[in-house]
Amino acid sequence: MSQMPKPDTAKLRAKYPDVFQRPASARLATPAMIVLALAIFAFGLVDLDFSPSKLISGVSQLGWITMMMIPPNPGSSFPLYMKAMGETLSIALLGTTLAAVLALPVSLLAARNIIPSNLIRFPVRRFLDSIRGVDTLIWALVWINVVGLGPFAGVLAIMVSDFGAFGKLFSEAIEAADRKQVEGIRASGGNALHEIRFGLLPQVLPVIAGQVLYFIESNTRSATIIGIVGAGGIGLELAEQIRVLEWQKVSFLILLILIAVAAIDFISSKLRFAIIGQRAVA
Amino acid sequence: MATAVSILPAQQLAVLNDAYRKAVGRKRLKAVLAAAVSCVALLIAAYGAEVNLHTLFTYFGNFVGYFDRILTLDSGARVWTNPAEWFWGWKKWLRMLGETLLISYVGTLIGAVFAFGLNFFAAQNTAPSAWLRFVIRRLLEFARTVPGIVFALIFVIAFGLGPMAGVLAIAIHSTGALGKLFAEIVENADMKPVEGIRSTGASWLSSMRFAILPQVVTGYASYALLRFEINVREASVMGFVGAGGIGQEFVVAIRKFYYSDVSAILVTIIVTVFIIDISTGWLRARLFGKETRH
Repeated sequence: MSQMPKPDTAKLRAKYPDVFQRPASARLATPAMIVLALAIFAFGLVDLDFSPSKLISGVSQLGWITMMMIPPNPGSSFPLYMKAMGETLSIALLGTTLAAVLALPVSLLAARNIIPSNLIRFPVRRFLDSIRGVDTLIWALVWINVVGLGPFAGVLAIMVSDFGAFGKLFSEAIEAADRKQVEGIRASGGNALHEIRFGLLPQVLPVIAGQVLYFIESNTRSATIIGIVGAGGIGLELAEQIRVLEWQKVSFLILLILIAVAAIDFISSKLRFAIIGQRAVA
Repeated sequence: MATAVSILPAQQLAVLNDAYRKAVGRKRLKAVLAAAVSCVALLIAAYGAEVNLHTLFTYFGNFVGYFDRILTLDSGARVWTNPAEWFWGWKKWLRMLGETLLISYVGTLIGAVFAFGLNFFAAQNTAPSAWLRFVIRRLLEFARTVPGIVFALIFVIAFGLGPMAGVLAIAIHSTGALGKLFAEIVENADMKPVEGIRSTGASWLSSMRFAILPQVVTGYASYALLRFEINVREASVMGFVGAGGIGQEFVVAIRKFYYSDVSAILVTIIVTVFIIDISTGWLRARLFGKETRH
Protein backbone atom coordinates (compact mmCIF):
# COMPACT_ATOMS: atom_id res chain seq x y z
CA MET A 1 0.00 0.00 0.00
CA SER A 2 1.31 3.33 -0.94
CA GLN A 3 1.37 6.05 1.60
CA MET A 4 -0.79 9.05 0.76
CA PRO A 5 1.41 12.12 0.53
CA LYS A 6 0.70 14.41 3.41
CA PRO A 7 -1.34 17.33 2.06
CA ASP A 8 0.30 20.68 2.34
CA THR A 9 -2.55 22.41 4.14
CA ALA A 10 -0.93 25.79 4.23
CA LYS A 11 -0.41 25.78 0.50
CA LEU A 12 -3.94 24.61 -0.20
CA ARG A 13 -5.26 27.22 2.15
CA ALA A 14 -3.41 29.89 0.22
CA LYS A 15 -4.62 28.50 -3.10
CA TYR A 16 -8.32 28.16 -2.24
CA PRO A 17 -9.10 30.78 0.36
CA ASP A 18 -12.84 30.56 -0.33
CA VAL A 19 -13.07 26.90 0.63
CA PHE A 20 -11.16 27.16 3.89
CA GLN A 21 -12.47 30.44 5.04
CA ARG A 22 -15.74 31.77 3.70
CA PRO A 23 -15.55 35.52 3.23
CA ALA A 24 -16.76 37.60 6.13
CA SER A 25 -19.75 38.85 4.13
CA ALA A 26 -21.07 35.31 3.61
CA ARG A 27 -20.51 34.31 7.24
CA LEU A 28 -22.13 37.44 8.59
CA ALA A 29 -25.11 37.46 6.19
CA THR A 30 -27.34 35.08 8.17
CA PRO A 31 -26.78 36.57 11.65
CA ALA A 32 -27.12 40.06 10.20
CA MET A 33 -30.44 39.14 8.63
CA ILE A 34 -31.69 37.62 11.87
CA VAL A 35 -30.63 40.68 13.88
CA LEU A 36 -32.32 42.96 11.36
CA ALA A 37 -35.53 40.92 11.44
CA LEU A 38 -35.59 40.97 15.23
CA ALA A 39 -34.86 44.69 15.30
CA ILE A 40 -37.81 45.43 13.02
CA PHE A 41 -39.93 43.10 15.14
CA ALA A 42 -38.97 44.90 18.36
CA PHE A 43 -39.59 48.28 16.75
CA GLY A 44 -42.96 47.01 15.57
CA LEU A 45 -43.95 45.88 19.05
CA VAL A 46 -43.11 49.30 20.47
CA ASP A 47 -44.70 51.25 17.62
CA LEU A 48 -47.92 49.22 17.69
CA ASP A 49 -48.44 49.80 21.44
CA PHE A 50 -47.78 46.31 22.66
CA SER A 51 -47.54 46.11 26.40
CA PRO A 52 -47.48 43.07 28.70
CA SER A 53 -50.24 44.48 30.89
CA LYS A 54 -52.51 44.99 27.86
CA LEU A 55 -51.72 41.53 26.65
CA ILE A 56 -52.51 39.90 30.00
CA SER A 57 -55.76 41.76 30.54
CA GLY A 58 -56.75 41.06 26.93
CA VAL A 59 -56.05 37.36 27.24
CA SER A 60 -58.07 37.13 30.45
CA GLN A 61 -60.90 38.98 28.71
CA LEU A 62 -60.62 36.53 25.84
CA GLY A 63 -60.82 33.62 28.26
CA TRP A 64 -63.93 35.11 29.76
CA ILE A 65 -65.45 35.61 26.31
CA THR A 66 -64.70 31.98 25.42
CA MET A 67 -66.43 30.86 28.61
CA MET A 68 -69.45 32.94 27.65
CA MET A 69 -69.55 31.33 24.20
CA ILE A 70 -70.29 27.87 25.57
CA PRO A 71 -72.70 26.43 24.70
CA PRO A 72 -73.43 27.85 21.22
CA ASN A 73 -77.04 28.91 21.08
CA PRO A 74 -78.86 30.71 18.27
CA GLY A 75 -81.73 31.76 20.52
CA SER A 76 -84.83 32.52 18.52
CA SER A 77 -82.93 33.73 15.44
CA PHE A 78 -82.24 30.31 13.92
CA PRO A 79 -84.39 30.82 10.76
CA LEU A 80 -82.88 34.26 10.24
CA TYR A 81 -79.35 32.81 10.40
CA MET A 82 -80.17 30.03 7.97
CA LYS A 83 -81.50 32.60 5.55
CA ALA A 84 -78.35 34.68 5.97
CA MET A 85 -76.23 31.59 5.33
CA GLY A 86 -78.21 30.94 2.14
CA GLU A 87 -77.57 34.51 1.12
CA THR A 88 -73.84 34.03 1.71
CA LEU A 89 -73.73 30.89 -0.42
CA SER A 90 -75.72 32.66 -3.15
CA ILE A 91 -73.26 35.55 -3.13
CA ALA A 92 -70.31 33.19 -3.45
CA LEU A 93 -71.84 31.12 -6.26
CA LEU A 94 -73.14 34.03 -8.28
CA GLY A 95 -70.10 36.27 -7.82
CA THR A 96 -67.69 33.55 -8.85
CA THR A 97 -69.73 32.50 -11.88
CA LEU A 98 -70.11 36.05 -13.16
CA ALA A 99 -66.39 36.66 -12.64
CA ALA A 100 -65.51 33.52 -14.61
CA VAL A 101 -67.82 34.48 -17.49
CA LEU A 102 -66.37 37.99 -17.67
CA ALA A 103 -62.76 36.89 -17.23
CA LEU A 104 -62.71 34.30 -20.01
CA PRO A 105 -62.60 36.73 -22.97
CA VAL A 106 -60.20 39.06 -21.16
CA SER A 107 -57.86 36.20 -20.30
CA LEU A 108 -57.55 35.47 -24.02
CA LEU A 109 -56.21 39.00 -24.42
CA ALA A 110 -53.67 38.39 -21.64
CA ALA A 111 -52.37 35.07 -23.01
CA ARG A 112 -49.05 35.11 -24.86
CA ASN A 113 -50.01 32.44 -27.39
CA ILE A 114 -53.20 34.24 -28.47
CA ILE A 115 -51.99 37.83 -28.47
CA PRO A 116 -48.29 37.86 -29.25
CA SER A 117 -48.14 41.66 -29.17
CA ASN A 118 -46.85 43.13 -25.92
CA LEU A 119 -48.74 46.32 -26.67
CA ILE A 120 -52.12 44.82 -25.73
CA ARG A 121 -51.00 42.12 -23.34
CA PHE A 122 -48.98 44.32 -21.00
CA PRO A 123 -51.71 46.85 -20.14
CA VAL A 124 -54.29 44.06 -19.78
CA ARG A 125 -52.03 42.24 -17.32
CA ARG A 126 -51.27 45.36 -15.28
CA PHE A 127 -54.99 46.13 -15.21
CA LEU A 128 -55.75 42.65 -13.84
CA ASP A 129 -52.90 43.00 -11.33
CA SER A 130 -54.22 46.25 -9.93
CA ILE A 131 -57.71 44.79 -9.53
CA ARG A 132 -56.16 41.90 -7.64
CA GLY A 133 -54.18 44.24 -5.42
CA VAL A 134 -57.38 45.58 -3.86
CA ASP A 135 -59.00 43.44 -1.19
CA THR A 136 -62.56 42.12 -1.62
CA LEU A 137 -63.70 44.12 1.40
CA ILE A 138 -62.55 47.34 -0.24
CA TRP A 139 -64.48 46.47 -3.39
CA ALA A 140 -67.50 45.76 -1.22
CA LEU A 141 -67.26 49.25 0.28
CA VAL A 142 -67.02 50.81 -3.18
CA TRP A 143 -70.01 48.83 -4.49
CA ILE A 144 -72.08 49.70 -1.43
CA ASN A 145 -71.60 53.34 -2.37
CA VAL A 146 -72.84 52.53 -5.88
CA VAL A 147 -75.76 50.09 -5.44
CA GLY A 148 -76.54 50.55 -1.77
CA LEU A 149 -76.35 48.16 1.19
CA GLY A 150 -77.32 44.54 0.65
CA PRO A 151 -76.19 41.26 -0.86
CA PHE A 152 -76.14 42.61 -4.41
CA ALA A 153 -73.13 44.78 -3.51
CA GLY A 154 -71.49 41.62 -2.18
CA VAL A 155 -72.04 39.76 -5.45
CA LEU A 156 -70.49 42.62 -7.40
CA ALA A 157 -67.55 42.87 -4.98
CA ILE A 158 -66.74 39.15 -5.29
CA MET A 159 -67.21 39.40 -9.03
CA VAL A 160 -64.73 42.25 -9.47
CA SER A 161 -62.02 40.92 -7.19
CA ASP A 162 -62.24 37.44 -8.69
CA PHE A 163 -62.24 38.88 -12.17
CA GLY A 164 -58.64 39.95 -11.57
CA ALA A 165 -57.62 36.58 -10.17
CA PHE A 166 -59.40 34.56 -12.87
CA GLY A 167 -58.00 36.69 -15.66
CA LYS A 168 -54.51 35.82 -14.52
CA LEU A 169 -55.14 32.13 -13.80
CA PHE A 170 -57.07 31.52 -17.03
CA SER A 171 -54.42 33.21 -19.14
CA GLU A 172 -51.79 31.00 -17.50
CA ALA A 173 -53.91 27.91 -18.26
CA ILE A 174 -54.23 29.03 -21.87
CA GLU A 175 -50.50 29.66 -22.16
CA ALA A 176 -49.83 26.16 -20.83
CA ALA A 177 -52.08 24.59 -23.50
CA ASP A 178 -50.59 22.42 -26.20
CA ARG A 179 -49.94 24.14 -29.54
CA LYS A 180 -50.44 21.02 -31.65
CA GLN A 181 -54.23 20.82 -31.58
CA VAL A 182 -54.47 24.44 -32.68
CA GLU A 183 -52.10 23.79 -35.56
CA GLY A 184 -54.18 20.78 -36.56
CA ILE A 185 -57.32 22.89 -36.77
CA ARG A 186 -55.50 25.48 -38.83
CA ALA A 187 -54.13 22.82 -41.16
CA SER A 188 -57.65 21.58 -41.84
CA GLY A 189 -58.75 25.09 -42.81
CA GLY A 190 -60.25 26.49 -39.60
CA ASN A 191 -60.21 30.20 -38.90
CA ALA A 192 -58.99 31.90 -35.71
CA LEU A 193 -62.30 31.42 -33.88
CA HIS A 194 -62.38 27.73 -34.81
CA GLU A 195 -58.86 27.41 -33.44
CA ILE A 196 -59.95 28.79 -30.09
CA ARG A 197 -63.19 26.82 -29.95
CA PHE A 198 -61.95 23.41 -31.08
CA GLY A 199 -58.21 23.57 -30.43
CA LEU A 200 -57.89 25.54 -27.22
CA LEU A 201 -61.14 25.35 -25.26
CA PRO A 202 -61.26 21.55 -24.91
CA GLN A 203 -57.80 21.71 -23.35
CA VAL A 204 -58.37 24.60 -20.97
CA LEU A 205 -62.00 24.11 -19.96
CA PRO A 206 -61.38 21.33 -17.42
CA VAL A 207 -58.56 23.38 -15.84
CA ILE A 208 -60.79 26.43 -15.74
CA ALA A 209 -63.72 24.48 -14.29
CA GLY A 210 -61.47 23.16 -11.53
CA GLN A 211 -60.29 26.66 -10.70
CA VAL A 212 -63.81 28.05 -10.67
CA LEU A 213 -64.91 25.33 -8.26
CA TYR A 214 -61.93 26.03 -6.05
CA PHE A 215 -62.80 29.72 -6.00
CA ILE A 216 -66.43 29.05 -5.12
CA GLU A 217 -64.99 27.21 -2.14
CA SER A 218 -62.67 30.03 -1.10
CA ASN A 219 -65.30 32.66 -1.85
CA THR A 220 -67.65 31.05 0.62
CA ARG A 221 -65.08 32.23 3.16
CA SER A 222 -64.84 35.71 1.61
CA ALA A 223 -68.62 35.99 1.39
CA THR A 224 -68.94 35.31 5.10
CA ILE A 225 -66.93 38.43 5.89
CA ILE A 226 -68.12 41.01 3.38
CA GLY A 227 -71.27 41.33 5.47
CA ILE A 228 -69.12 43.02 8.11
CA VAL A 229 -69.03 46.19 6.01
CA GLY A 230 -72.72 45.82 5.11
CA ALA A 231 -72.72 43.81 1.89
CA GLY A 232 -75.14 41.11 2.98
CA GLY A 233 -74.87 37.56 4.19
CA ILE A 234 -73.97 35.99 7.48
CA GLY A 235 -71.14 38.42 8.22
CA LEU A 236 -73.69 41.13 8.89
CA GLU A 237 -75.32 39.05 11.62
CA LEU A 238 -71.95 38.02 13.01
CA ALA A 239 -70.63 41.59 13.28
CA GLU A 240 -73.87 42.70 14.85
CA GLN A 241 -73.89 39.96 17.50
CA ILE A 242 -70.23 40.65 18.34
CA ARG A 243 -71.02 44.34 18.81
CA VAL A 244 -73.89 43.63 21.18
CA LEU A 245 -71.78 40.98 23.00
CA GLU A 246 -74.22 38.09 22.42
CA TRP A 247 -71.41 35.55 22.67
CA GLN A 248 -73.54 32.40 22.49
CA LYS A 249 -75.00 33.56 19.19
CA VAL A 250 -71.50 34.51 17.99
CA SER A 251 -70.16 31.03 18.66
CA PHE A 252 -73.19 29.52 16.95
CA LEU A 253 -72.59 31.67 13.87
CA ILE A 254 -68.88 30.78 13.77
CA LEU A 255 -69.81 27.11 14.04
CA LEU A 256 -72.34 27.54 11.24
CA ILE A 257 -69.67 29.13 9.04
CA LEU A 258 -67.20 26.32 9.76
CA ILE A 259 -69.81 23.68 8.88
CA ALA A 260 -70.86 25.46 5.69
CA VAL A 261 -67.26 25.88 4.54
CA ALA A 262 -66.53 22.22 5.27
CA ALA A 263 -69.66 21.15 3.33
CA ILE A 264 -68.77 23.28 0.31
CA ASP A 265 -65.19 21.97 0.48
CA PHE A 266 -66.50 18.42 0.37
CA ILE A 267 -68.93 18.99 -2.53
CA SER A 268 -66.53 20.94 -4.67
CA SER A 269 -63.66 18.52 -4.18
CA LYS A 270 -65.98 15.69 -5.28
CA LEU A 271 -67.06 17.70 -8.33
CA ARG A 272 -63.50 18.67 -9.15
CA PHE A 273 -62.46 15.05 -9.00
CA ALA A 274 -65.33 14.12 -11.33
CA ILE A 275 -64.26 16.75 -13.86
CA ILE A 276 -60.61 15.82 -13.79
CA GLY A 277 -61.57 12.15 -14.06
CA GLN A 278 -63.65 12.97 -17.11
CA ARG A 279 -60.66 14.63 -18.67
CA ALA A 280 -58.49 11.62 -18.04
CA VAL A 281 -61.01 9.38 -19.82
CA ALA A 282 -61.68 11.66 -22.77
CA MET B 1 -50.30 9.87 -55.73
CA ALA B 2 -53.31 9.85 -53.52
CA THR B 3 -53.97 6.49 -52.01
CA ALA B 4 -57.55 5.30 -51.89
CA VAL B 5 -59.25 5.69 -48.54
CA SER B 6 -60.66 2.33 -47.60
CA ILE B 7 -64.34 2.54 -46.82
CA LEU B 8 -65.91 -0.07 -44.62
CA PRO B 9 -68.91 -2.01 -45.88
CA ALA B 10 -72.17 -0.15 -45.32
CA GLN B 11 -73.40 -2.62 -42.73
CA GLN B 12 -70.33 -2.31 -40.52
CA LEU B 13 -70.29 1.43 -41.00
CA ALA B 14 -73.90 1.76 -39.89
CA VAL B 15 -73.15 -0.08 -36.64
CA LEU B 16 -70.11 2.09 -35.94
CA ASN B 17 -71.96 5.29 -36.78
CA ASP B 18 -74.78 4.25 -34.52
CA ALA B 19 -72.44 3.60 -31.62
CA TYR B 20 -70.69 6.91 -32.24
CA ARG B 21 -73.98 8.80 -32.30
CA LYS B 22 -75.05 7.12 -29.11
CA ALA B 23 -71.79 8.01 -27.37
CA VAL B 24 -72.00 11.63 -28.49
CA GLY B 25 -75.65 11.77 -27.52
CA ARG B 26 -74.85 10.52 -24.02
CA LYS B 27 -72.13 13.11 -23.67
CA ARG B 28 -74.46 15.86 -24.87
CA LEU B 29 -77.18 14.75 -22.51
CA LYS B 30 -74.69 14.90 -19.63
CA ALA B 31 -73.53 18.37 -20.66
CA VAL B 32 -77.11 19.63 -21.00
CA LEU B 33 -78.01 18.17 -17.61
CA ALA B 34 -74.98 19.77 -15.97
CA ALA B 35 -75.80 23.09 -17.60
CA ALA B 36 -79.43 22.85 -16.48
CA VAL B 37 -78.46 22.03 -12.90
CA SER B 38 -76.02 24.94 -12.72
CA CYS B 39 -78.59 27.27 -14.31
CA VAL B 40 -81.15 26.32 -11.69
CA ALA B 41 -78.55 26.77 -8.93
CA LEU B 42 -77.65 30.19 -10.32
CA LEU B 43 -81.30 31.25 -10.52
CA ILE B 44 -81.85 30.23 -6.91
CA ALA B 45 -78.67 32.09 -5.97
CA ALA B 46 -79.81 35.17 -7.87
CA TYR B 47 -83.07 35.07 -5.97
CA GLY B 48 -81.23 34.62 -2.68
CA ALA B 49 -78.81 37.46 -3.30
CA GLU B 50 -81.61 39.80 -4.35
CA VAL B 51 -80.04 40.34 -7.74
CA ASN B 52 -82.00 42.55 -9.96
CA LEU B 53 -80.77 43.05 -13.50
CA HIS B 54 -82.83 46.18 -13.73
CA THR B 55 -80.96 47.65 -10.74
CA LEU B 56 -77.64 46.64 -12.25
CA PHE B 57 -78.34 48.48 -15.48
CA THR B 58 -79.73 51.50 -13.70
CA TYR B 59 -76.81 51.63 -11.31
CA PHE B 60 -74.07 50.80 -13.77
CA GLY B 61 -73.97 54.47 -14.68
CA ASN B 62 -73.40 55.11 -10.97
CA PHE B 63 -70.40 52.82 -11.00
CA VAL B 64 -68.75 54.69 -13.84
CA GLY B 65 -69.87 57.96 -12.28
CA TYR B 66 -68.35 56.93 -8.97
CA PHE B 67 -64.95 56.43 -10.55
CA ASP B 68 -65.37 59.71 -12.34
CA ARG B 69 -66.03 61.43 -9.03
CA ILE B 70 -63.18 59.86 -7.08
CA LEU B 71 -60.85 60.97 -9.86
CA THR B 72 -61.99 64.59 -9.56
CA LEU B 73 -60.66 67.11 -7.06
CA ASP B 74 -62.88 69.48 -5.13
CA SER B 75 -61.84 72.21 -7.53
CA GLY B 76 -63.34 70.21 -10.41
CA ALA B 77 -60.01 69.39 -12.05
CA ARG B 78 -58.81 65.85 -12.70
CA VAL B 79 -56.70 64.49 -9.86
CA TRP B 80 -53.54 63.95 -11.88
CA THR B 81 -53.36 67.60 -12.88
CA ASN B 82 -52.50 68.51 -9.30
CA PRO B 83 -50.75 65.67 -7.45
CA ALA B 84 -49.90 67.88 -4.46
CA GLU B 85 -53.58 68.55 -3.89
CA TRP B 86 -54.53 64.93 -4.58
CA PHE B 87 -52.05 63.51 -2.06
CA TRP B 88 -52.46 66.33 0.44
CA GLY B 89 -52.50 63.91 3.37
CA TRP B 90 -49.47 61.91 2.26
CA LYS B 91 -47.64 62.31 5.57
CA LYS B 92 -50.50 60.83 7.57
CA TRP B 93 -51.21 58.15 4.94
CA LEU B 94 -47.59 57.07 4.75
CA ARG B 95 -47.52 56.73 8.53
CA MET B 96 -50.67 54.61 8.44
CA LEU B 97 -49.21 52.60 5.60
CA GLY B 98 -46.08 52.01 7.68
CA GLU B 99 -48.32 50.84 10.49
CA THR B 100 -50.09 48.47 8.07
CA LEU B 101 -46.78 46.99 6.97
CA LEU B 102 -45.63 46.63 10.57
CA ILE B 103 -48.90 44.91 11.52
CA SER B 104 -48.46 42.37 8.77
CA TYR B 105 -44.75 41.92 9.50
CA VAL B 106 -45.15 41.38 13.25
CA GLY B 107 -48.26 39.26 12.71
CA THR B 108 -46.55 37.07 10.11
CA LEU B 109 -43.47 36.62 12.31
CA ILE B 110 -45.49 35.63 15.38
CA GLY B 111 -47.62 33.32 13.24
CA ALA B 112 -44.53 31.76 11.65
CA VAL B 113 -42.92 31.16 15.06
CA PHE B 114 -46.04 29.44 16.38
CA ALA B 115 -46.47 27.45 13.17
CA PHE B 116 -42.82 26.44 13.45
CA GLY B 117 -43.36 25.27 17.00
CA LEU B 118 -46.46 23.28 16.12
CA ASN B 119 -45.79 21.84 12.69
CA PHE B 120 -43.54 18.95 13.78
CA PHE B 121 -46.41 17.72 15.92
CA ALA B 122 -48.85 18.02 13.01
CA ALA B 123 -46.80 16.20 10.36
CA GLN B 124 -47.50 12.51 9.94
CA ASN B 125 -43.89 11.38 9.86
CA THR B 126 -42.59 13.31 12.86
CA ALA B 127 -45.53 13.53 15.27
CA PRO B 128 -44.60 11.85 18.58
CA SER B 129 -48.17 10.61 19.09
CA ALA B 130 -51.22 10.24 16.89
CA TRP B 131 -53.45 11.69 19.58
CA LEU B 132 -51.42 14.90 19.84
CA ARG B 133 -51.29 15.16 16.06
CA PHE B 134 -55.07 15.01 15.78
CA VAL B 135 -55.53 17.79 18.36
CA ILE B 136 -52.93 20.09 16.77
CA ARG B 137 -54.36 19.51 13.29
CA ARG B 138 -57.89 20.46 14.37
CA LEU B 139 -56.52 23.52 16.15
CA LEU B 140 -54.67 24.69 13.04
CA GLU B 141 -57.74 24.02 10.91
CA PHE B 142 -59.86 26.17 13.18
CA ALA B 143 -57.33 29.03 13.11
CA ARG B 144 -57.19 28.90 9.33
CA THR B 145 -60.91 28.57 8.53
CA VAL B 146 -62.22 31.40 10.70
CA PRO B 147 -61.49 34.55 8.66
CA GLY B 148 -58.85 36.89 10.08
CA ILE B 149 -61.26 39.79 10.26
CA VAL B 150 -63.63 37.83 12.50
CA PHE B 151 -60.76 37.27 14.94
CA ALA B 152 -60.04 41.00 14.64
CA LEU B 153 -63.65 41.86 15.53
CA ILE B 154 -63.47 39.75 18.68
CA PHE B 155 -59.95 40.89 19.61
CA VAL B 156 -60.93 44.54 19.29
CA ILE B 157 -63.38 43.92 22.11
CA ALA B 158 -60.92 41.90 24.22
CA PHE B 159 -57.77 43.98 23.68
CA GLY B 160 -59.32 47.33 22.88
CA LEU B 161 -59.23 49.33 19.64
CA GLY B 162 -55.84 49.63 17.99
CA PRO B 163 -53.24 47.78 15.95
CA MET B 164 -52.59 45.15 18.61
CA ALA B 165 -55.90 43.42 17.82
CA GLY B 166 -54.99 43.42 14.14
CA VAL B 167 -51.55 41.94 14.79
CA LEU B 168 -52.98 39.13 16.92
CA ALA B 169 -55.74 38.38 14.41
CA ILE B 170 -53.20 38.12 11.59
CA ALA B 171 -50.89 36.07 13.81
CA ILE B 172 -53.60 33.49 14.57
CA HIS B 173 -54.73 33.20 10.98
CA SER B 174 -51.11 32.88 9.79
CA THR B 175 -50.41 30.21 12.40
CA GLY B 176 -53.21 28.12 10.93
CA ALA B 177 -52.25 28.64 7.31
CA LEU B 178 -48.48 28.32 7.77
CA GLY B 179 -48.78 25.41 10.20
CA LYS B 180 -50.50 23.35 7.54
CA LEU B 181 -48.02 24.30 4.80
CA PHE B 182 -45.01 23.74 7.08
CA ALA B 183 -46.33 20.33 8.09
CA GLU B 184 -46.72 19.43 4.42
CA ILE B 185 -43.08 20.34 3.77
CA VAL B 186 -42.00 18.16 6.71
CA GLU B 187 -44.09 15.28 5.38
CA ASN B 188 -42.20 15.53 2.10
CA ALA B 189 -38.80 15.54 3.81
CA ASP B 190 -36.40 12.65 3.45
CA MET B 191 -36.57 10.38 6.52
CA LYS B 192 -33.16 8.76 6.09
CA PRO B 193 -31.25 11.46 7.98
CA VAL B 194 -33.70 11.01 10.86
CA GLU B 195 -32.91 7.29 10.99
CA GLY B 196 -29.22 8.10 10.91
CA ILE B 197 -29.45 10.48 13.81
CA ARG B 198 -31.80 8.20 15.73
CA SER B 199 -29.28 5.37 15.40
CA THR B 200 -26.72 7.44 17.28
CA GLY B 201 -29.10 7.56 20.23
CA ALA B 202 -30.29 11.12 19.76
CA SER B 203 -33.53 12.39 21.26
CA TRP B 204 -36.60 13.38 19.25
CA LEU B 205 -35.65 17.02 19.61
CA SER B 206 -32.14 16.61 18.24
CA SER B 207 -33.34 14.50 15.34
CA MET B 208 -35.78 17.25 14.39
CA ARG B 209 -33.02 19.85 14.73
CA PHE B 210 -30.29 18.07 12.80
CA ALA B 211 -32.18 15.83 10.37
CA ILE B 212 -35.39 17.61 9.42
CA LEU B 213 -34.68 21.29 9.93
CA PRO B 214 -31.80 21.62 7.41
CA GLN B 215 -34.06 20.09 4.75
CA VAL B 216 -37.08 22.29 5.30
CA VAL B 217 -35.84 25.68 6.42
CA THR B 218 -35.77 27.31 2.96
CA GLY B 219 -39.27 26.07 2.27
CA TYR B 220 -40.39 27.65 5.52
CA ALA B 221 -38.81 30.98 4.63
CA SER B 222 -40.40 30.94 1.22
CA TYR B 223 -43.89 30.25 2.52
CA ALA B 224 -43.50 32.83 5.30
CA LEU B 225 -42.58 35.48 2.73
CA LEU B 226 -45.58 34.52 0.61
CA ARG B 227 -47.77 34.79 3.70
CA PHE B 228 -46.33 38.23 4.43
CA GLU B 229 -47.43 39.31 0.96
CA ILE B 230 -50.98 38.05 1.60
CA ASN B 231 -51.05 39.60 5.06
CA VAL B 232 -50.23 43.06 3.71
CA ARG B 233 -53.53 42.89 1.83
CA GLU B 234 -55.28 41.55 4.87
CA ALA B 235 -53.80 44.23 7.15
CA SER B 236 -54.98 46.94 4.78
CA VAL B 237 -58.59 46.09 5.69
CA MET B 238 -58.08 45.47 9.42
CA GLY B 239 -58.80 49.17 9.99
CA PHE B 240 -62.41 48.61 8.85
CA VAL B 241 -63.18 47.05 12.23
CA GLY B 242 -60.88 49.34 14.22
CA ALA B 243 -57.82 47.11 14.29
CA GLY B 244 -55.29 49.63 12.99
CA GLY B 245 -53.62 50.48 9.71
CA ILE B 246 -54.59 52.38 6.58
CA GLY B 247 -58.04 50.76 6.44
CA GLN B 248 -59.23 53.18 9.08
CA GLU B 249 -58.38 56.19 6.90
CA PHE B 250 -59.94 54.52 3.89
CA VAL B 251 -63.23 53.70 5.54
CA VAL B 252 -63.51 57.26 6.85
CA ALA B 253 -62.85 58.66 3.38
CA ILE B 254 -65.50 56.38 1.85
CA ARG B 255 -68.13 56.93 4.51
CA LYS B 256 -67.68 60.70 4.50
CA PHE B 257 -67.55 60.93 0.69
CA TYR B 258 -64.05 62.48 0.48
CA TYR B 259 -63.92 61.36 -3.12
CA SER B 260 -60.38 62.28 -4.15
CA ASP B 261 -59.03 60.86 -0.88
CA VAL B 262 -60.59 57.51 -1.75
CA SER B 263 -58.68 57.30 -5.01
CA ALA B 264 -55.46 58.59 -3.42
CA ILE B 265 -55.53 55.94 -0.69
CA LEU B 266 -56.50 53.25 -3.20
CA VAL B 267 -53.54 54.18 -5.39
CA THR B 268 -51.26 54.13 -2.33
CA ILE B 269 -52.46 50.65 -1.37
CA ILE B 270 -52.15 49.26 -4.90
CA VAL B 271 -48.64 50.66 -5.34
CA THR B 272 -47.56 49.28 -1.96
CA VAL B 273 -48.94 45.84 -2.76
CA PHE B 274 -47.07 45.92 -6.09
CA ILE B 275 -43.82 46.89 -4.40
CA ILE B 276 -44.20 44.21 -1.73
CA ASP B 277 -45.06 41.57 -4.36
CA ILE B 278 -42.04 42.42 -6.46
CA SER B 279 -39.59 42.66 -3.57
CA THR B 280 -40.67 39.45 -1.86
CA GLY B 281 -40.57 37.74 -5.25
CA TRP B 282 -36.99 38.95 -5.65
CA LEU B 283 -36.08 37.89 -2.14
CA ARG B 284 -37.59 34.44 -2.64
CA ALA B 285 -35.74 33.99 -5.91
CA ARG B 286 -32.51 34.86 -4.07
CA LEU B 287 -33.20 32.46 -1.22
CA PHE B 288 -33.95 29.64 -3.62
CA GLY B 289 -31.10 30.60 -5.91
CA LYS B 290 -28.69 30.32 -2.99
CA GLU B 291 -30.04 26.88 -2.18
CA THR B 292 -29.57 25.48 -5.70
CA ARG B 293 -26.02 26.80 -5.93
CA HIS B 294 -24.89 24.81 -2.88
